[in-house]
Amino acid sequence: MAVVFEKPKSLTDAPFHYCPGCPHGIIHRLVAEVMDELGIEGKAIGVAPVGCAVMAYDYFACDMIEAPHGRAPAVATGIKRCRPENVVFTYQGDGDLASIGMAETVHSAARNENITVIFVNNAIYGMTGGQMAPTSLPGQVTQTSPYGRDVNHCGWPIRVSEMLSTLEGPEYIARVAVNNVKNVKNAKKAIKKAFENQINGKGFSLVEVVSACPTNWGMTPKAALEWIESDMLPYYPIGVYKDRSAGEEK
Amino acid sequence: MAERILMKGNEAIAEAAIRAGCRHYFGYPITPQTEIAAYMAKKMPKIGGVFLQAESEIASINMVYGAAAAGMRVMTSSSSPGVSLKAEGLSYIAGSDVPALVVNVQRGGPGLGGIQPSQSDYFQATKGGGHGDYRMIVLAPASVQEMASLTIKGFDLADKYCVTSMILADGTIGQMMEPITFEDTEPKVYDKPWALTGTEGKRKHNVVNSLYLKPDELEKKNFERYEKYAEIEKNEAMWEEYMMDDAEYCVVAFGIASRVAKNAVVAAREEGIKVGLIRPITLWPFPTAAFEAAQDKVKAFISVELNMGQMIEDIRLATGCKKPVSLCNRTGGMIPGPDEVLEAIRNAKKGAL
Repeated sequence: MAVVFEKPKSLTDAPFHYCPGCPHGIIHRLVAEVMDELGIEGKAIGVAPVGCAVMAYDYFACDMIEAPHGRAPAVATGIKRCRPENVVFTYQGDGDLASIGMAETVHSAARNENITVIFVNNAIYGMTGGQMAPTSLPGQVTQTSPYGRDVNHCGWPIRVSEMLSTLEGPEYIARVAVNNVKNVKNAKKAIKKAFENQINGKGFSLVEVVSACPTNWGMTPKAALEWIESDMLPYYPIGVYKDRSAGEEK
Repeated sequence: MAERILMKGNEAIAEAAIRAGCRHYFGYPITPQTEIAAYMAKKMPKIGGVFLQAESEIASINMVYGAAAAGMRVMTSSSSPGVSLKAEGLSYIAGSDVPALVVNVQRGGPGLGGIQPSQSDYFQATKGGGHGDYRMIVLAPASVQEMASLTIKGFDLADKYCVTSMILADGTIGQMMEPITFEDTEPKVYDKPWALTGTEGKRKHNVVNSLYLKPDELEKKNFERYEKYAEIEKNEAMWEEYMMDDAEYCVVAFGIASRVAKNAVVAAREEGIKVGLIRPITLWPFPTAAFEAAQDKVKAFISVELNMGQMIEDIRLATGCKKPVSLCNRTGGMIPGPDEVLEAIRNAKKGAL
């Protein structure tokens, strides 16, 4: 009988611990499918963050390391500088990448470190139970902004892709979303490009994936996906923010 | 015969690291250790190695973590305030059981402190610094020659036990020049089957990790790690004894303080005081055996330190408080003269008689 659908080889058999309706499962799968398609599972080394995806080291079948909070790009730098022939990626959330790890993010981008960064932006700290993130929207209610994020008190959410695209260093910066089939397909294309760039020696490639956290947003999975469209994407528009090799022939 | 070279202490560390097979250095500038980075920046690109100036001490220790996990001999260096920033990474490196070499060329503290030599990071180095149950091998050079030889030794011990070796030097030894020789030996190579190399489809994935959510698993891991530490305590303590055979008083000092103390011991002997010196070379493991042997023959110990009295606690523990231990100390970047140590020896004699 013909096999029409199967689990990517780049994922282990370990069951995901993610909450019902959490798109981390989709995003893990996209990364794994890309690794399968590029045939890099045996060469890949992944760096897991601190946050909901901390146990990504159990889910990806390639060699993995678990980094301190926010330090994944530095850890990835150490690995890549030792083993340039390997494919090194980080998988980080918004608290990890855009708050505590902002310096590591900006400087690895500025160095055009030849790594791939998957940045999952769901506008909240998930693992610790729903606190305000650097990407939480103005007015967004979280455990630590119970009256809504007051931008006069704690500032504005950071648009990471736009900010990084002002740097001379990075090769490729794109924002995608995983709230509908079309966007998921486009997200996979961007992730694939981010890995191909590394294989081709082009440098730092970051894909910001606008995602949902139904549990901590206090929404059903369906309502959360709708909130991405109605509230997240107007502040965080989908698009390619930097692509140094745009227009080059494949 | 090996050539004699005149070198600065910091440069000796860098050259020794290269000779030990280290080809990856990640650091961040801070006085008084920047010569190490400068030396690496000059040499590494010429020998196919990597020198990278990180954006912070935090980033540099995490680059070390990544490189160590990738199976490479790797190092970073800093001075006291910078080592505080590295403490997070030191804890992760310990919790993940990967080997690394970290240099602390100490300056005065706390806070921004000063830039003059100090030994006030003894607690930080020997008792932890980062969070959690862990140890580092702490090596205390007292000469430029030892800056080199203990660096090579440090890499070997780190690889042998999968721990961090810390070179705990000070601004004086870092900055001073002395003639040294390098032995012509090939770096030792250790098997690292746990390293992140890519599976190549030939094995199950390697995971370098310090997270254990189940408390019984974490406890087991810590118990296992402490069995390893017990091995290190049993096998790796190093110290030097000077004029201890007939000593009635014992000066204890490490690093630059031991050189001052040695002069004071000679001066005290000229006055007829039978005094010797124990110089711990490993601060962890602390050379307890030397003190167990000495505590029955001497009347008192004098701890000479460039801090407010940190090693003195380990001397008291190692001797079971059987004999009095006095403190002769300067701090904040000040170094005692031999006359100050001599006075402390005389006072110990008065007190013990």
